[in-house]
This record gives sequence, C-alpha cells and structure tokens, in this order.
Amino acid sequence: MTTIYILAAIVLIIAILVVIFRLQVLSAVLKGRYEKRVGIGNDINALLFVIVFVVGVGAFWYSYQQASEFFLPAPSSEHGVKTDQLFWVTMAILVAAFLVTNALLYVFPYIYKYKEDRKAYFYPDNHKLEMIWTIIPALVMAGLVVFGYKEWTAITSPAPKGAEVIEIMGKQFAWQVRYPGKDGVLGNYNYRNIDAVNEFGMDMNDSASYDDFIPREMHFPVGKPVLLNIRARDVIHSVFLPHFRVKMDAVPGMPTHFWFVPTKTTSQMREETGNAKFNYELACTEVCGRGHYAMRFVVVVDEPAEYEKWKASQDTFASLNRDYAAEKAPKLVSLLPAKKVEATEVSAPSDSTAVPADTTATK
Amino acid sequence: MSASDIHIQDHHAHSHDHDHEHEHHELPWIRQYIFSEDHKIIAKQYLISGILWAIMGGLFSLIFRIQLGFPNADLSWMKPVLGEWIQNGKLDPEFYLAMVTMHGTIMVFFVLTAGLSGTFSNFLIPLQIGARDMASGFLNMLSFWFFFLSSVVMFTSIFISTGPASGGWVIYPPLSALPQAMSGSGLGMTLWLTSMALFIVSSLLGSLNYITTIINLRTKGMTFDRLPLTIWAFFITAIIGVLSFPVLFSAALLLVFDRSFGTSFFLSEIYIGGEALSNQGGSAILFQHLFWFLGHPEVYIVLLPALGITSEIVATNSRKPIFGYKAMIGSILAIAFLSFIVWAHHMFITGMNPFLGSIFMFLTLIIAVPSAVKAFNYIATLWKGNIIFTPAMLFSIGLVSFFISGGLTGIILGNSAIDIQLHDTYFVVAHFHIVMGSASFFGMLAGVYHWFPKMFGRMMDERLGYIHFWLTFIGVYIVFFPMHYIGIAGFPRRYYSWTGFDAFNTFADLNQLISIAAILVFFAQFIFIFNFFYSIFKGRVSSLNPWRSNTLEWTTPINPGHGNWPGDIPHVYRWPYDYSKKGHNEDFIPQDVPFSQTPHSNFPHEKDSQE
Ligand code: HEM
Ligand SMILES: [Cu+2]
Ligand SMILES: [Cu+2]
Repeated sequence: MTTIYILAAIVLIIAILVVIFRLQVLSAVLKGRYEKRVGIGNDINALLFVIVFVVGVGAFWYSYQQASEFFLPAPSSEHGVKTDQLFWVTMAILVAAFLVTNALLYVFPYIYKYKEDRKAYFYPDNHKLEMIWTIIPALVMAGLVVFGYKEWTAITSPAPKGAEVIEIMGKQFAWQVRYPGKDGVLGNYNYRNIDAVNEFGMDMNDSASYDDFIPREMHFPVGKPVLLNIRARDVIHSVFLPHFRVKMDAVPGMPTHFWFVPTKTTSQMREETGNAKFNYELACTEVCGRGHYAMRFVVVVDEPAEYEKWKASQDTFASLNRDYAAEKAPKLVSLLPAKKVEATEVSAPSDSTAVPADTTATK
Repeated sequence: MSASDIHIQDHHAHSHDHDHEHEHHELPWIRQYIFSEDHKIIAKQYLISGILWAIMGGLFSLIFRIQLGFPNADLSWMKPVLGEWIQNGKLDPEFYLAMVTMHGTIMVFFVLTAGLSGTFSNFLIPLQIGARDMASGFLNMLSFWFFFLSSVVMFTSIFISTGPASGGWVIYPPLSALPQAMSGSGLGMTLWLTSMALFIVSSLLGSLNYITTIINLRTKGMTFDRLPLTIWAFFITAIIGVLSFPVLFSAALLLVFDRSFGTSFFLSEIYIGGEALSNQGGSAILFQHLFWFLGHPEVYIVLLPALGITSEIVATNSRKPIFGYKAMIGSILAIAFLSFIVWAHHMFITGMNPFLGSIFMFLTLIIAVPSAVKAFNYIATLWKGNIIFTPAMLFSIGLVSFFISGGLTGIILGNSAIDIQLHDTYFVVAHFHIVMGSASFFGMLAGVYHWFPKMFGRMMDERLGYIHFWLTFIGVYIVFFPMHYIGIAGFPRRYYSWTGFDAFNTFADLNQLISIAAILVFFAQFIFIFNFFYSIFKGRVSSLNPWRSNTLEWTTPINPGHGNWPGDIPHVYRWPYDYSKKGHNEDFIPQDVPFSQTPHSNFPHEKDSQE
C-alpha cells in the first residue's frame, strides 16, 4: 500500500517538474530576449525548498509512526535498557538539532531569494556568534561522552564472579555453543584438535572436558549474569543477539568476551509480544562468506530451575563420542560415563559440518 | 609508428622558431588529449572516468537492491548478462557480496576519490591560485595513467570466473586472505590488491603534486589567507592522502604476504576447509587498525573537497562572503587532524581493549564540533543573502542538508555504548551513505554544474539541472532515510536475505520502496548525463564570468589554452569573498581588482601593499 502512495507521490513530483519546465519556457518567450539575471525558476526553486521541508517533516513523522511498530521489543537485558535509553535521549537531541538547522537551511533560501533591488548583507564573521555555536555543541558532546563512557565501562567491566560461562564459536556457516557442565569449567581447546567429530578442538586430555556438552540451542538462565566466551575458527564472525543488545566479534586466534544479564524468559516474551512462536535469535554481523546471512541460532531464556533441569538433561560430548575420546586420551578412559543406548547417538551434534546455507535459513 | 615519429620531429623543429615565453607549440593529438600534461585535460579525463565508474557502481547497487527489495522475484532475465551468477532465477549469495564489495570500492575510491578530488584538484588548483599548470605536468599525467591502469585491473576482475573480491570493501582477513573461505578471495582479491596498489601510487603522485603546486606556484599576492576555500580543502585533502594512503599500502602488502608467501601477519589458529593451517601468532585485528587508519581519513578525503566546492558555490550564489572564513579554515584543519585519531570507532566491538574504546569515543565526539561549526557557517552565509539558485547552488544546499543529517547520526554511532547495538546494521549504511556518499556526490555534481562553463566553454541547461536536483535530492532521502528504521530494528548489513530470521522478517514493504526509489534515482542521473554530454557540444556558449564570481579562473579566456592566461598571470589584491560590499556598484569584486580601484568600498585597513 505504502508503495503505491509513494509511487503516486513520485509521479506527482515529476508532473510538477514538467510543469515548471513548461512554465519557464513560456515565460522566457513572453519576456522576449530581455536579459534578466534570474528567471522564474529562481522563485520556484526557493518555494520548493519550503514545500519539501514541510512535506518532508510530515513524511518523517508519518514514516516513523509506521516503522516504529516493527522496531525490536524492549530490551531483554539489564544493560540494554540503559543503552536504549541513551540511544533515544541522544536521538531526541539530534532530531531537535536536525529540525532547527534544516528549517533554517530550507527557509533562508526562500526568504533571501534573489531580488533585483536588494543587495546581500556583507557579513564576513561574528566572533561572538561563532564562539556560541562552538561551545554549545561542545557542551552537548561532553554530556553525551560522560553518559556513554559510564555505560560503556559498566558493560565492558569484568564479568561478576559466578557468571554462567558459555562458549560460542563461529564457523562457516553456523554457530556452535559449548557449556562447561557440572564442574563449571570449560575444557581446554586447541584448533589443531579440530576434526569432523570434535568441532571445538576440545582437548580430551583435559579432565575438565569430560562434562562439557554441546547443545543445539543456547539457553540462558533469567536474572543471572551470563558470560559469553566468543571465538571463531575460520574467519571473523560476529555474535549478535538483537533482543539483548549484545554484539561482539568472533575472531580466529583472539578470544573475546561479553557478559550481560538476561531479564526476560522466552515464555515471558511470547506473552508480551503476543507471538506464541517468538524465539530469541542469534545472528552473524560480520561478513563471513556465502552463508553469512544464514547463521541463525535459537536462544532460549529459562527460569533458573528450568535452566538447571535443561542442563542436567544434556548428554556430554564425551558420552556421545566415547570411542573418539578413548582414542584421543587413552589414559582418561576412566572419566567416560557408562555406555549409552544407541538411540541417542543419532542426535549427536556432530552433524552440523557444512550445513548448506539455505536449510539453516529456513528453520 | 614511424609516421608519428616524424610528426613529433616536425613539431619540435617548428617550436624552436618560437620564443619560449608560452608553450604554444602544437603537440601531436595524442599528447594533447590522451597523454596530456595539461591539468585541464587531466581533470576532464578524471571526470569522464569518474562518471563511467559511477554508472557502474550505481548499476551494481541496483542489482543488490533488487535482491533486497524483491527477494522472491525471478531474476532469470538477468541471466544473459550475469550468466552463472544466476542459478534457478536466484542471485548467487556470493555474487551478492561481490556486488556489494565492488559497489563500495568503486564508489569510495574510483568515483569519490579519483573522480571528485582528481577532477577538481587538477582543474581548479592552477586556475584558482594563478599558475600556468601543476608543478609537474609529467607526474600529473602519470598519476592519471596509474589510475587508469588501476581501473583496468579492477574492471577485469569483475569478469573472471571466480568473481571479483567479495569480502566487503574493507577486505578484512582472514576472509580476504583465504581462497578457501570464498571464491572471491582467490584471483579476484589478488586483482583487487593489485588495483589498489596502483591506485595508491596514483593518489600519492597526484597529492604530492597538489601540495607542491599550492605551496610554490601561487601568483603574486595570493597569500594563504587569500586562498579560496576550495584550495584550502584540496590542500588539506592532499596532505591527509599522503599521510594515510601509504598505511593502506602497507596493509595491502602484508596481506599479499599472508596470501602468497605463507606469513602470518593477520592469520592465527585457523581451521578451514577440513584442515588446520600452520599460521600462528598473527592478529586479524591488526589489519583493521591499519585499514581504518586510512579508512577513516578516507571519509574526509572524499568529503573535504566537496565541502570546499560547496563553500565557494554557496558564497558566490548567496552573493555574500562565506561566513567565518578563518573559522572554516580552522575547522578544516581541526577535522583533518582529528580524522587521524578516531579510526578505532569502527572497531568498538572487535574485542579491542575497552579503555581504547573510551578514548576513541571521546575523540570521535570532539570531531562533531568543527563539523557543526561548518554547518552553522553555511547557514549563516545564506542568511540575508541575495540567493541565486543555479543548479550548482541547489546541489550545494542539498549537500549541507546531507552533511547535517548524516553527521548527526554519527554522534550516535560514535558513542560506543550505543554502537554495540547499531554496529554493522543498516543504521550504519544509512549514516555513511548520507554523510559521505550522498554529500560528496552532491559536491561533485555541484562542482560540475558550476565549473562546466570553464571546462567546456559552454553552459549546461539549467532547467534540466533543476529537475535533476529535485529528483535526486528527494530520491536520496527516500532511499537512505528509511534505512535508519531498518537499522534500529536490528537488520544486519551485507545480508543477502533476511527472511530466515523471525526478527528480521519485517519491513518487506519498506525495502521494496527503497529499491524502487533507488532505481528511480539511478535513472534520474541520466538527465544529468544527457545534459552533460549534450552541452559539451551544443550548450549555450558561456560568457567570461557567468556566475559573477571573484576567483581567478574567471579571468582566463572562455576556453583557456595551455598555460591558462594568454598574457601575464593576474596579481591578487584581496580575498575571494568580496561579494556585495557596501559602496561598490557591482555585487562582486574579483580578486585581481586592486583596492585603489574600489575607493568607495574599502575598509580602513584595506590598502594595496607597496610594490
Ligand atoms: C544509487 C545510489 C546507491 C544505493 C541505492 C546504494 C545502496 C547500498 C546498499 C543497500 C548497501 C548495503 C548493501 C549490503 O550491506 O548488503 C551499500 C553499500 C555501500 N555503499 Fe552504497 N548505495 C548507493 C550509492 C553509494 C555511494 C554514492 C557511495 C559512496 C560513498 C556508496 C558507498 C557504499 C559503501 C562504501 C558500501 C559498503 C560496501 C560494503 O559493505 O563493503 N554507495 N550501498
Ligand atoms: Cu557472518
Ligand atoms: Cu571513521
């Protein structure tokens, strides 16, 4: 619908322009060869500035109403609430500055359009005025820097003790996550250990690896700090959790971190958005190749109790890949749990090598 | 070959008869128009190449805009042109990225650096400072031909079977370093790097020439505080270029080493294509620091010349001095200086030290102050003016509007806490297209409309110019303004399609609208292109000083020959902005008019210095 409106508007504009064109030709003919410094075009252009400004501000307001409906819901993280606030406060200041400066910019051409009998005002400078409009932006910027700095340092401060540690790794073209299991410690890794089974390059000679598990969805507990240990194994990717206002690059060879506190469970969001199928999503925001647009991963936020239950229900990597672990670390076979029934083996997560981009996209 | 040799011999013999006062000797055609050392011809060569590249870069943006606006459309009709890149009526995702990359590279480097700076620095510097040509005509010619070679290499890369470079115009390794990562990182990337190396050589040769010329060849009386702001802008731009392009060169060189000679500057702990690479200890982030050390100043390399052009045009057509001439110079200097110490605002979320992030946020927001001063000064120049809307003036006002709109959103992105959410979303695409892309583009168009009479001795059609302006101006806002909304909604950039995500499954209408507007804006440019080429041959013949401007270029003949002024070079007695001075019968006093000839308008301190 909007498209049709806009198309109509564009046709209208073109029509107006054609009319102007004709008018100019006519007036030139009427005036004969009398040389004037400016033609009627000058007045029309001056007027158009004002019209475009008024219509433009209207379109701005209208389009904002239309578009804001599709903005992300309120942030689901503690810091997100603050950065959103910072965003909208800054935006309000900027819109004010935008309207004032643009109003002047479009109205002056109309007021001061060329008149034969007038001479422009020779006004090369005014130091007072220039001081004022240097100092005011400087003060505003200083204020914004202070608030931004406070937020930024809080967000990037070291994660609180006892945060839930989760490892997330980007690869072409999927995300994989690893949880530390009962001991709360992620086993060591080395990229040279990576193979088709062991996507993380986990070190099976590290006993901390044995309770680590690799689920197919990422779960967070609500209300508890979560620390993401982020890495990539081929090219740069970027972890983007839009609903949590979280973003951090995943760089091969340089682990990065981001910690935050999720504040709303998935079911809560389903209620709030009225969308029973709502899911938190993880996307990639650093171009990483052909499947960049398809690196979707589902995130679930649980009540802490549910979260613990979910964790307990996950099979460890070692239990799913007993033979592999035994082969890599014969000395630690004792750490392997009792053999599992065949059926679960099928759902082992090691199937995600080279998922064709399109299938991940249309989940 | 021998025939032309004889020609050259002939002309040499011929020219010896002349005295050496002016270089009047007839050069063979090829030295006059192709391998020319005349700055005016070189400027036109840059301009025409820039226009051709702009068409190509624009066309590429249409291809991916069609994909984004009409994700379900059957694109088989493009198959005759794109061949294998269309599979089952769908654009190949890697080709999408290739188009985005080429579009960005072409627009930033080939159109707005070479096409804008190359054209107007070359054309205006000698004419406005009163010089017969550049300091070294030969290096100037080399500069263009290096650019030409660079263009040929980049152009070739589009047609190879593995496709051109596809990792984004910022070519971050490891993606750009490993052919296993995407097919564009193979030969396409090699060609990209070769082309950019040639481009950098061209840019350095040009910049060094601009700097030397401005410092050494100013005519008598043309002190630095009498230079038009255009020249100040070109001067500072050239200095920025000389200081920053070599850094990109070194980054490219190290990348070449990593790609071809097994070094590990940027590579570490990589497992790709089923094997663990041996590279260790490199830093992918190091490349980003090097890249953005050029990349951010590059934004100003693109923008400052446009702002300089605008200063000149706004003053001339407001019939008023530019408001705060000294403050304008001061802010150019401040922006240039600061542009070197804000680069890491592109890297807030790369995992670099958060304290570094704070520093760069602080420096970035400082740069808003001189930018604001510039915007206010433009507006103050319009105030109480007597404004004539030439097409050049319209585009200049449009530029100021974009500079403000796009500059403001920079304040948001410069705030690292807010940038966490907005980085690499469409908000960024909106921001830089308005402030850098569109603003500089408008500066370039304004410059062409304004100096066309000096370049070709004829006028462009004004009415077509008006229509071109209004369509483009409104169109640009329709294309890029809504991208802010899309960005606020979190849509990531360089996405082939968003439909796979629940969160990004909205805005189909809006994306369609943007694409339609983009197509219209693109085709509106043909009004300009028609006007341009038509007017070269059939335009109304220009008068000597059609805009009643003060600067020196308008004291040359309508079609200035080699050496620019047939007689002596005029002397300069005053600054370039004596418009509408009280007591003078005209509303302008050119720079070569001595104070002794304008007794009624002089201020007490304005006397000709004793000679
Ligand atoms: C017809 C006008 C234009 C349209 C419709 C357009 C559209 C776009 C869009 C939609 C993107 C993002 C693509 C993606 O992220 O998937 C893009 C990228 C870009 N555009 Fe434009 N653009 C236009 C003109 C320009 C101009 C004049 C410049 C000059 C500065 C420019 C510079 C860039 C750059 C640097 C990128 C980033 C490329 C990358 O991500 O590597 N564009 N353009
Ligand atoms: Cu990606
Ligand atoms: Cu920057």
